[in-house]
Amino acid sequence: MAQNPTGMNGQNAGQAVLSVRNVSMNFGGLRALSEVDVDVRQGEVVALIGPNGAGKTTFFNCITGIYTPSEGEITAYPKSGKPKRADGIRINGMRTNLVCELGMARTFQNIRLFPSMTALENVMIGRHCRTSTGILGAVLRGPGTRREEQEVVDKSFEMLTKVGLEKLANEYARNLPYGAQRRLEIARALATEPFLLLLDEPAAGMNPQETEELKQMVIRIREEFKVSVLLIEHDMKMVMSLSDRIYVMEYGRIISTGTPKEVSEDPQVIRAYLGEDSDA
Amino acid sequence: MERANIIQNPIQNPIQNVVRHVVRHVKQALVAAVWLSFLTLPIMVIRVDTVEKTVTWRWMHLAYMAVGSFVLALAWYAMMERRNKSQAKKELETVERVSALAGMLADPRITRPLMAFGLLVAVAFPWFFSLYQTNILVSALIYVVLGLGLNITVGLAGLLDLGYVAFYAVGAYTYALLNHHFHLGFWAVLPLGAVMGAFFGILLGFPVLRLRGDYLAIVTLGFGQIIRLVLENWSAFSYGPSGISNIDRPGLFGISYSVEQATTYMYYIMLALVLLTIFVTARLKDSRIGRAWLALREDEIACQAMGIDNTRAKLMAFSLGATLAALMGVVFAAKTTFINPASFTFMESAMILAIVVLGGMGSVLGVILGAFLLMLLPEYLRAFSEYRMLIFGATMVLIMVFRPEGLVRAKRKVYTINVEAAG
Ligand SMILES: Nc1ncnc2c1ncn2[C@@H]1O[C@H](COP(=O)(O)OP(=O)(O)OP(=O)(O)O)[C@@H](O)[C@H]1O
Ligand SMILES: [Mg+2]
Repeated sequence: MAQNPTGMNGQNAGQAVLSVRNVSMNFGGLRALSEVDVDVRQGEVVALIGPNGAGKTTFFNCITGIYTPSEGEITAYPKSGKPKRADGIRINGMRTNLVCELGMARTFQNIRLFPSMTALENVMIGRHCRTSTGILGAVLRGPGTRREEQEVVDKSFEMLTKVGLEKLANEYARNLPYGAQRRLEIARALATEPFLLLLDEPAAGMNPQETEELKQMVIRIREEFKVSVLLIEHDMKMVMSLSDRIYVMEYGRIISTGTPKEVSEDPQVIRAYLGEDSDA
Repeated sequence: MERANIIQNPIQNPIQNVVRHVVRHVKQALVAAVWLSFLTLPIMVIRVDTVEKTVTWRWMHLAYMAVGSFVLALAWYAMMERRNKSQAKKELETVERVSALAGMLADPRITRPLMAFGLLVAVAFPWFFSLYQTNILVSALIYVVLGLGLNITVGLAGLLDLGYVAFYAVGAYTYALLNHHFHLGFWAVLPLGAVMGAFFGILLGFPVLRLRGDYLAIVTLGFGQIIRLVLENWSAFSYGPSGISNIDRPGLFGISYSVEQATTYMYYIMLALVLLTIFVTARLKDSRIGRAWLALREDEIACQAMGIDNTRAKLMAFSLGATLAALMGVVFAAKTTFINPASFTFMESAMILAIVVLGGMGSVLGVILGAFLLMLLPEYLRAFSEYRMLIFGATMVLIMVFRPEGLVRAKRKVYTINVEAAG
């Protein structure tokens, strides 16, 4: 397979963090995914592209447990944490919150923040699965709870600074500008300490300058948190310059895969995109 | 910024603008007045005397009706205009505007003394007011706790529970039956009632976990009705519609006391329970658990995708709300010394829900104000006898029109961050 030109960092580079084999998803008669194979390795930025309705979001929903795939195997290889297993963990149909706890955090194509909570609180939600205060602890608010709460605030604020939203920490999420909301979703996902970050069209609705900033941000985040990134994106400029490898999906199938250069020269990809100006 | 230009019509002359609006409102009000006069013509103007077989035309009444409705309609339109204006303004601001009152309420230098004063008044109340007043206040306090309990389920976690009164009934019957059969005292049953409430909360919680919105509302509504029907019809267990009487009042270290003293005693018990509930809900609201509930309310899918166990969060919200309701049930049974299923109808659930919604979903202060308003208003409106419910209904409508978020809008905690420490 293609080797990575830039994105290698961390000792165990090249080791798989997610492997998807032969996954299909049927909605009644509609086959939204068919025999999809995808691999993401440690520290990589992998892009998943394809025309509208190709099944990209459905693929995300399958690997995060929102849908249970009709066929196939999805295996995650968490780098740390309690259920560390060398042979990976099968996550087909695992409950969404457990997938997140395992270390795979996502953003949504149509932004799904918690609108009447502040930006900081949105990120604090991401810390939920890494903390443990219960009802009794919350009511009594002993020193342990207070320490944990302080740590949640500090960590969450740190995440906000990483995406450049520290000034808007106490602002309600519903009042944030569009671009900031997208970045807030990334901060919230990062707060869960993922090994794999799943971004569903993070640049949608952004202008070229914002898109460029977002790209730099993803690069920084990848370096700093040693996360792998699986990215759905329509902005070809961003995809081509950011990703180590690309999967191209059409009608639920992977029709091409390889480095940006290989993919962009693949006649099948050119055919799939011909006349399609999906870059909105 | 761009939006502002589109929305705000650049009219140069503000006076012209005002005149235009006034003329429009007058027209609208005129139409409303004419229409209403026409509709009420048969009732207001024509009077048929069946004995004397005469018809009187009371044209003056038509004039009263027309003028009255014109003035009211004009006032209404003017108020709506103001409301819309302030809302449009709010939408254009990214940073939310804080009203002067809300700002004052957020300042601890003002709230602390205010709270201390409120507590002092509450403690001194039975000495300065009549037994009748104290009694009403005890009822209102019960509804404060019920409101705060339902506020956890509906206001914080967003689970619309229309059968909340069922848990209230569970508590009341727990005490009544245990007292009747085993002569268990109030203080022994109080924690037992809480446990029963939590148990029933989880019992109802499990089957409805997958339901949301309307479906959840319908199932909980059904649950409330089932509990009441069981209590009404299973006479061997609950003594049916005739209920259970001679329930013991709370014990006071074996000292016997008069009925008057009982009210005062009950008042202090309730005051303590209210303070405890406020403390618990206020702490939960800004905790890890409270945030999870809020996230659940805002977006269930995102909430679970961010690692929160929705099932657990829902069950916690359900059972905690139910626990508070059951506690109040025990108090209610001890206060009235008599209970029957008629006290636990859907009307009660609706009332408690109205307290939460009118007060402000998720706001502790709002729910307290809502409970006092909805419980005390009908009581003190007794003077207006038959118009009582009309005024009550009109008040509810007005609150919903002008403060759709409730009396007090729930605010989220503002965190101050030690920037150096956080890096
Ligand atoms: N829950 C569902 N039930 C039925 N059909 C679905 C469901 N979810 C997705 N689909 C269908 O699956 C196909 C793939 O949709 P999907 O949202 O995954 O596309 P996408 O690649 O993300 O497109 P876009 O670029 O527009 O976001 C579409 O035809 C869609 O209608
Ligand atoms: Mg999509």
